[in-house]
Amino acid sequence: MAYSDKVLDHYSNPRNVGSLDKASTDVGTGLVGAPECGDVMKLQIKVNPDTNVIEDAKFKTFGCGSAIASSSLATEWVKGKTVDEALSIKNMDIVKELALPPVKIHCSVLAEDAIRAAISDWKKKQESTKPAEVSAK
Amino acid sequence: MSTDVKTLEHRTVANGIKLPIYMDNHATTPMDPRVLEEMLPYFMEKFGNAASRNHPFGWAAEEAVELGRERIAKLIGATTKVFIITSGATESDNLAIKGVAEMYREKGNHIITAVTEHKAVLDTCKRLEKYGYRVTYLPVQKGGLVDLDDLKRAIDDKTILVTIMAANNEIGVLQPWREIGKLCRERGVLFHTDGVQAVGKVPIDVIKDNIDLMSITAHKIYGPKGVGALYVRRKNPRVQVSPIIDGGGHERGMRSGTLNVPGIVGLGKACAIATEEMAKESCTLAGLRNRLKDKIMGRLDEVYINGTMEHRLPGNLNISFAYVEGESLLMGINDIAVSSGSACTSATLEPSYVLKALGTGDDLAHSSIRFGIGRFNTEAEVDYVADRVCETVERLRELSPLYEMAKEGVDLKSVKWAAESH
Repeated sequence: MAYSDKVLDHYSNPRNVGSLDKASTDVGTGLVGAPECGDVMKLQIKVNPDTNVIEDAKFKTFGCGSAIASSSLATEWVKGKTVDEALSIKNMDIVKELALPPVKIHCSVLAEDAIRAAISDWKKKQESTKPAEVSAK
Repeated sequence: MSTDVKTLEHRTVANGIKLPIYMDNHATTPMDPRVLEEMLPYFMEKFGNAASRNHPFGWAAEEAVELGRERIAKLIGATTKVFIITSGATESDNLAIKGVAEMYREKGNHIITAVTEHKAVLDTCKRLEKYGYRVTYLPVQKGGLVDLDDLKRAIDDKTILVTIMAANNEIGVLQPWREIGKLCRERGVLFHTDGVQAVGKVPIDVIKDNIDLMSITAHKIYGPKGVGALYVRRKNPRVQVSPIIDGGGHERGMRSGTLNVPGIVGLGKACAIATEEMAKESCTLAGLRNRLKDKIMGRLDEVYINGTMEHRLPGNLNISFAYVEGESLLMGINDIAVSSGSACTSATLEPSYVLKALGTGDDLAHSSIRFGIGRFNTEAEVDYVADRVCETVERLRELSPLYEMAKEGVDLKSVKWAAESH
């Protein structure tokens, strides 16, 4: 199977590899996939509590080259976006950017899931840290 | 991973190593130059049809075919006229199983095989099930070998054939074919073995080992692609197979079609070389294989060998690198040609059924690499491969959330995984 140059580039020079402190209230962590399926992505975002802008993003991925590239690209794209803007990233955007073949579309789906999971984790933290506001609604 | 001939460019690095390195000798082997040399006259000069009985072109071809048969026979301890020449092992397996099934239908309809067989055997058995045959698929033990007691229990009065491979193509383990042959003989059941990976690598003697039918192919023993043979025992007992290809009555009516003379010359020469060199070569290969294993296991933690090391082809190593996915590993070592049991490298998107049959978890099956060391690999290549594999695994583990979790002490088996990707 031939990989696109962009996949090869992300595979060889993955962006934003690493981990953020998952205990921090500003950090949202998404862990998606399963080892049995051959793909697990961990994507983390650090959100500015005042602006809701994603200031940092990190990932680690167990999976094929396309899975690594999809998650690497996802971290690039979410950085600098607000949480709501990041939610608008669709898996097909990743497919297009990386020229993924049909058998690798699930890698892009997983990357979108990872973004959503990270954001939802962060949102949950915000709700639990602001009980007064929640109960006031 | 497929490589287009046009894009296959070699370059030389330190120690005289030429890249890419070929270490996938269970898939196929390069031709030995001595084999090619013997084949060449049979394309243009001695191009005759071995079935032409009335002119020297035909005689020359027939003579070459007879020499080829003798050489094949010598390698596996058989007498000469006991081979059906085929297009390769897939055809040999089909002919053995379908041919026996049809020929011995009166006697019974039960066939026994094992779950780790090659698809050429498994899919043939599955087809026969559609036609009313009963097939028992024996499980294998953790090391990859069938349990002889399971086999004993599986044989009943309707059993006509046991088909179990000599050596496995993925994990290289050697099934106890001598014991299986003896058991089958005692119980009056025919024994077919797919000898593709074992013949020419380890000693097999069809007479002493009580093998009734055996599939072999040229391209796994440094011969050409597209030619193989099926050994069919001629006496004690005399075994017959119904043809699956009808026509001009070649090969005593069991396989019609003009003989592939250059192919048979090549197969014969490949067998002759193996007869001469197998003993020494297997020591060399085992030495290289053990060197590769020791280098990898000395540097990396959490690597697991798939299949028993005790009964194994000398050139085979199949290792799972925990927390690293096989295809991404192949991508990182793209100047080395090896195979992976990862789903991503297969057409079916399922990880290797052979590794699953050993009880290897799907996660480790996804992480497996098969190294097939062959006649033309060198110690310098083995060292290069070991270094490249280790540094790539280390790099990918830095990327792996699973490795990070495992190092933090998380039991990955206890994690409730959020999503299923398939």
